[in-house]
Amino acid sequence: MTTPSATSPNDRNIATSGFITVQSLTKKFGTNTALDNVSLTLDKGETMAIIGPSAAGKSVLLKCLAGLYGADGGKIILGGDDVSQTNAPARFDWAERIGMLFQQNALFDSMKVWENICFRQIERGTLTRKAAKEHAIDLLGHVGLSEDSAFLTPSDLSGGMQKRVGIARAISTDPEILLLDNPTAGLDPVLSNHIEIMISKIATQRGTTVITITNDMHIARTRYANLVMMYAGKIYWAGPTSDIDNAHNEHLTQMLNGSAQGPISMRMGKRGDQIVA
Amino acid sequence: MSKTQNAPGGVRSKTVVDYLNDENVRAILYQIIAIGLVILAGWYLVSNTLENLERQNISTGYSFLDLEASFEISESMIDYTAQSNYASALMVGLLNTVKVSLLGIILCTLIGTIFGIARLSSNWIVRKLATVYVETFRNIPVLLQLFFWYALIPNAFPHPRDAIEPLPGVLLTSRGIYLPVPVADNAYTLMGIAAIIAFIAIFFINRWARKRQDATGQPFPMAMVGIGIFVGLVFIAYLAGGAPTEMDIPALKGFNIRGGYNISPEFMAVLIGLTVYTSTYVAEVVRSGIQAVPNGQWEAADSLGIKRSVALRKVILPQSMRVAIPPLTNQYLNLTKNSSLAVAVGYPDLVSVSNTTMNQTGQAIEAISIFMSIYLGLSLLTSLFMNWFNKKMALVER
Repeated sequence: MTTPSATSPNDRNIATSGFITVQSLTKKFGTNTALDNVSLTLDKGETMAIIGPSAAGKSVLLKCLAGLYGADGGKIILGGDDVSQTNAPARFDWAERIGMLFQQNALFDSMKVWENICFRQIERGTLTRKAAKEHAIDLLGHVGLSEDSAFLTPSDLSGGMQKRVGIARAISTDPEILLLDNPTAGLDPVLSNHIEIMISKIATQRGTTVITITNDMHIARTRYANLVMMYAGKIYWAGPTSDIDNAHNEHLTQMLNGSAQGPISMRMGKRGDQIVA
Repeated sequence: MSKTQNAPGGVRSKTVVDYLNDENVRAILYQIIAIGLVILAGWYLVSNTLENLERQNISTGYSFLDLEASFEISESMIDYTAQSNYASALMVGLLNTVKVSLLGIILCTLIGTIFGIARLSSNWIVRKLATVYVETFRNIPVLLQLFFWYALIPNAFPHPRDAIEPLPGVLLTSRGIYLPVPVADNAYTLMGIAAIIAFIAIFFINRWARKRQDATGQPFPMAMVGIGIFVGLVFIAYLAGGAPTEMDIPALKGFNIRGGYNISPEFMAVLIGLTVYTSTYVAEVVRSGIQAVPNGQWEAADSLGIKRSVALRKVILPQSMRVAIPPLTNQYLNLTKNSSLAVAVGYPDLVSVSNTTMNQTGQAIEAISIFMSIYLGLSLLTSLFMNWFNKKMALVER
């Protein structure tokens, strides 16, 4: 479980065990520090939502976990393997054990929907094209799309359908970890709810560890067991969602309401400012 | 049209002024006046020209095309002698233009794509070298580059007497490259036909194989079968044609090299000049095409554990094609049109032959009208092909 810390982001008790362990992770882009000493742990099969204002480092954290960025400091340990760097030997295996949904879906318009979903299996030769197609159609059924859509190009699909295809691609290798960057962004509330129910179902059915970035506090509190709040590259609050009501109710309400001390002032605050509830 | 209505009951009949105030009548009137003026100007120019030509005793018309050209052309893809007529001389020029343009387009696409990708390389040296190449050759006028290559090539190689022979029968001299070629024989025509048949067969087998693989998953060794069909058919045609073995090998005779196939320094200068110049533009087109593909596509491929080279080939390049094809068409058209600069280094392209024809016959208007319409035709053909290709690659955006 994550280690809740309500007072200071830096003096947390760093856990070393857990299926996903991030230890004092730092990531810089030039002079800009995107992640500053971030630590968290998550057990297998747990779900976690990351919430925070834009430019808080949420997507960077997710991309570090996915192996797209290497750490400039600290460690990322997945299932006991040190995968802090993108060229870590264990990364090759982990590419198949992690499924990722990108904020913009990032589906490949150069190929059909079914090829998109099973691209890595086709490329790695783990499935024949025929088997890949059947697998893709099966997955499309899981995310509520018809068989016909398998033979379209992603650009032929609507936004909600693209999101489903993105999820189908993320789960196509039956990954142990699912990283979802804003799975409900740009969707209407009904469809958002539908997608979230689908994600919960996948997580429970398959025992997948899910980390989701969301901007919707309601979804974060109702559908995820754990919550991480980020601001300016730091973890600002982390803990089980059930704890929120007790210790942080007031401040989180402010965050939700976007009051003067909430996200707006957070965005205006200088990097490195301590924001304490 | 005009709203002329003869309503019963004696409505006031329309006067001329009424008609002139009618919008529809006016619109047509203006058009008639404009067309009239254009025709008048055209008639003035044409009649003046005809009058001047008559005064100089030059008869107009295209009948000169049947006259004997009585000039030599240094290189030709068809049988041509000084006794041939002007029409075949122009044909030689056209074929030479098409040859250098087509080869130039193919080579500049290959080289340009390589440099375009190299400009985005993560390797500092590769990236900088590509930048230097592009910025150097893009910013020097293409005519000067043709002069440069034409000055360089004859001086870089020895006199025919001391020809370099890197491979038996291949000679590198200041007068160009000489290659051995088989002596013309019916067997080669037969082989050409066999090659075309092989390509058609491969196309259909490939389609069938892909369909079968999609349906049943059974892979088909297309590469092996394809090579087998091609080599087999062409070889059978070769045997059927009597298996000729006679080769025309270039050799020094007197002061010059005779026989074989000669790639002239003029041709090389034009080809290299146009290719290098246009490839820099193609490189920029390819680079911008690749950069137009969102970075998320690279990241998505990366997150799936796909190698960068595979991602480039299967994800990035197909998508950048859509952005790159229209500007690429422009570059192909530019190359074709720039090939008319070949006249500057003495390569007998269409313009060069037309110039000679013009000087000898005085039929300037006719000669210019011929090569202008040929360039127009070539450009339109290129556009037509590229538009078709673009449509094929285009993304359907919903």
